[in-house]
Amino acid sequence: MMGWDHLVVVPIILPLMAGTTMLLFDGRSRAFKAFISLAATVALVAVCIDLVATATTGRTASVYHLGNWPAPFAIVLVLDEFSALMVMVTSVLALASLIFSVARWHRAGVHFHPLFQFLVMGLNGAFLTGDLFNLFVFFEVMLAASYGLVLHGSGIVRIKAGLHYIAINLAASFLFLIGVSLIYGVAGTLNMVDLAEHLPSMSADDRTLIAVAAAVLGVAFLVKAGMWPLGFWLPTAYTAAAPPISAILAITSKVGIYVILRLSLLVFGADEAERFGADVLLYGGLATIVFGMAGVLAAQEAMRVASFTVVISSGTILAAVGANQAAVTAGALFYLVSSTLAISSLFLLIELLERGREFGADMLALTREAFGDPEEPEEESTVGTPLPATMALLSLAFIGCTTILAGIPPLSGFLGKFALLHGLFQPNGSTLSVTLSAGQWTFAALLILSSLASLIALVRTGIRSFWTSEEREVPRVGILEMVPLASLLLLCVALTIQAGPVMNYMEQTARALHSPAGYTQNKIVVTPVEHVSAGEHHDP
Amino acid sequence: MELILAIGIGTLAGSGVWLLLRPRTFQVIIGLSLISYAVNLFIFSMGRLSVDKAPILASGIAEDPTRYADPVPQALVLTAIVIGFATTALFLVVLLASRGVTGTDHVDGQERET
Repeated sequence: MMGWDHLVVVPIILPLMAGTTMLLFDGRSRAFKAFISLAATVALVAVCIDLVATATTGRTASVYHLGNWPAPFAIVLVLDEFSALMVMVTSVLALASLIFSVARWHRAGVHFHPLFQFLVMGLNGAFLTGDLFNLFVFFEVMLAASYGLVLHGSGIVRIKAGLHYIAINLAASFLFLIGVSLIYGVAGTLNMVDLAEHLPSMSADDRTLIAVAAAVLGVAFLVKAGMWPLGFWLPTAYTAAAPPISAILAITSKVGIYVILRLSLLVFGADEAERFGADVLLYGGLATIVFGMAGVLAAQEAMRVASFTVVISSGTILAAVGANQAAVTAGALFYLVSSTLAISSLFLLIELLERGREFGADMLALTREAFGDPEEPEEESTVGTPLPATMALLSLAFIGCTTILAGIPPLSGFLGKFALLHGLFQPNGSTLSVTLSAGQWTFAALLILSSLASLIALVRTGIRSFWTSEEREVPRVGILEMVPLASLLLLCVALTIQAGPVMNYMEQTARALHSPAGYTQNKIVVTPVEHVSAGEHHDP
Repeated sequence: MELILAIGIGTLAGSGVWLLLRPRTFQVIIGLSLISYAVNLFIFSMGRLSVDKAPILASGIAEDPTRYADPVPQALVLTAIVIGFATTALFLVVLLASRGVTGTDHVDGQERET
């Protein structure tokens, strides 16, 4: 069973290999690249299912020593429930948006598939790594690929939005570097667990410096997560990007949240009394929800509405992290999965609805003219076999997205918000607690109000696109585009039906996060795997 | 030595931040470059400043580690330089594209009406 240990590194290696292989072929062999890309992503989903299964059965986090070097000196990958969950969500979203873009969007520019694979690699690496500087490297891989992808399809709107997106993310990366190097300068280690173990024995001065470093790091991650005063770039960039790209970018804003959740609980401990920065997260998250609500109500374009739902989702999770209770964190994780799936499907759905009447289609036609597409002119007119009853299916999907994002029954969005509220009011499971702080009461109120705002905005979008436009044609939707959309929503339905087991998983994850003994236990003591001596090395 | 380095980092970072907030794309990219120099020097200084110390041990000899510089920040700064260089180059491409498409070098793609 030795070989199976290496499965942890596959989510990084596989997209890397696929991406680099595709770079060797020129831009015209698009069908071949699409095949490699799809094959790699399908394999990735399969691997991730196995990783989640491994993480569920394992008592402690499993550690993978890259290059088999001993732990505090070299980089490790760590697989626990949380990282397995995030890698799983990433791979599912990647598969969905990849299938969607193969129908049409991957022709809007060059190097779509390699960039997409590198984005997936960066995401998976950031979720799996156990080392701060390595996290920076994977962050940059992810960001560099996303810079290219945001500009995919070109056009003036994307270039203007991309310029801001790149500038703010470069500045945030420098903050990240300052924080990481300051931590190294004080603690002498970049291994997250090693750092957590060294922290209690440090002098007060050193702890102050670590707190400064953590604050600088936190700003960098909050820029990524789109917290209120730092997140003004987010709606513009997500609106401008090609819809399948926005669908996968929905998970990149969760990377910042992932890191904050992991680092703050691991390094500073889940001390209930006062956790470092918890108030900033709570109130920052609340401000983000308010900003998202205002934005979602004010937005005119459907894509912009969808972008502001990303902001609301980020704000909700950040505030939940700031609430600093295992029960709330479990709810936040459930909410994270269901809202990310729903937001991605909303981006895909809006592209289908707006098709043929708004700037997206014009821009696509324009750029295809610019890049030239001589070898497949017959596909200009169609996107595969148009489905019957398109409008019925699309409106059904829209109802699904709306109920999930607004958090009303029957789908998983309601369960997510319910779990958040339940965790807030009954942190110990049984007794109703009404001794909440003002911030927590505001959080509970904003959770419900943001549902109302999303509902109003999405219903308005729905009325505009389904009922009031008489002259517009039914959009031509191919089966390849309907399948990923339907599967994402069906996954949300599955989340609803299987809410018990899923919620158990989330609770287990949240407990592990709040008492990180299982994570720390294995990391340092485990020495590298012994080298197999020459005599034993016989594979049957 | 510490003072000179600190003043240098501070000057670079301060000028960089000022340029970053300017309205011209060229100023922004120069500002980002200056900040990256400041950050790289900062990372380097996190290994403690020392003169005449090599970061690499000679093989096979157990020696006094205080006679050597910490190699990790030097490795980190190399990585940071490479990544910063690559992303700045990427930003330069977008900057040129923006200049070509919008016809102005303002960061918002249009001049402010006065």
